[in-house]
Amino acid sequence: MTSTPFGQRVEIGDAADIVTARRAARELCERLGFGKADQTRLATAVSELARNVIQYAGTGHCLIEDGSDALNRRIQVVVEDQGPGIANLEQALTYGYSTSGGLGAGLPGTRRLVDDFQIESAPGLTRISIALNKPF
Amino acid sequence: MRIPILRLDRILLVSIQIDLSDNDAMEFQSDLVERVAEIEATGVAIDITALDVVDSYMARVINDTASMVRLLGAEVVICGVQPFVALTLIEMGRDLLGADCAFNLGQGLEILKQRIAERGDIRFTEDEND
Ligand SMILES: Nc1ncnc2c1ncn2[C@@H]1O[C@H](COP(=O)(O)OP(=O)(O)OP(=O)(O)O)[C@@H](O)[C@H]1O
Ligand SMILES: [Mg+2]
Repeated sequence: MTSTPFGQRVEIGDAADIVTARRAARELCERLGFGKADQTRLATAVSELARNVIQYAGTGHCLIEDGSDALNRRIQVVVEDQGPGIANLEQALTYGYSTSGGLGAGLPGTRRLVDDFQIESAPGLTRISIALNKPF
Repeated sequence: MRIPILRLDRILLVSIQIDLSDNDAMEFQSDLVERVAEIEATGVAIDITALDVVDSYMARVINDTASMVRLLGAEVVICGVQPFVALTLIEMGRDLLGADCAFNLGQGLEILKQRIAERGDIRFTEDEND
């Protein structure tokens, strides 16, 4: 895990890194003044995305950053991998769809937990950006 | 990482303290199932007070474990779901955690005992009808 003035980068290589990544997200969330509900939402979202990296791409990383401005606190997280990509985005975002026998709740659930959700995926690069906002 | 399984008469108590990897989860499930069968447990309480995040993977591990135990014939209660975990699980999808829950281990044990007692009655009357 490396820290910069703006945030942290967590490498995702095995299941233990899922815990590291979501802890880092929770900590920054708390430091920026988000409440416990938001901390848990973000930690859970990061857990889902990091777990997908392990399950479907093997390795990747996660960037956790303070994106606050004069009006809003904002925490943004980008989770990225160089894996095979998501074959069918629409299906992947449908509740209950899973290619691994999972609940298929990870991506649709994450989308519901956060304020901003963006996903781009092609063979060789999957990048999912999420953020929570809260006015000062 | 082995999860200790405590025994209280014919009730088993397990407390999940950390995120279980796929392997941990499978080991834990087979340990528990074996133990349930071995002592013909009447109930199992699974305590997740220590989990401050339950994502869909962990939800599935917990559900599957509960289903396995029920298949063998024991009652199951999940204890200690943290308030913000409950909030998050419901926001993600309504049916993520599908087992019966209790506030804490103490209440979970009460519920188990009550259920086991009720079930005993049913079996008794069924026997009578035969
Ligand atoms: N980083 C990724 N790279 C490639 N495919 C992915 C990635 N993330 C998700 N997917 C695909 O999208 C599907 C849906 O993902 P989602 O996280 O919603 O469900 P799941 O992982 O299958 O189950 P759950 O997360 O509920 O345990 C996955 O089954 C997988 O096929
Ligand atoms: Mg997933």
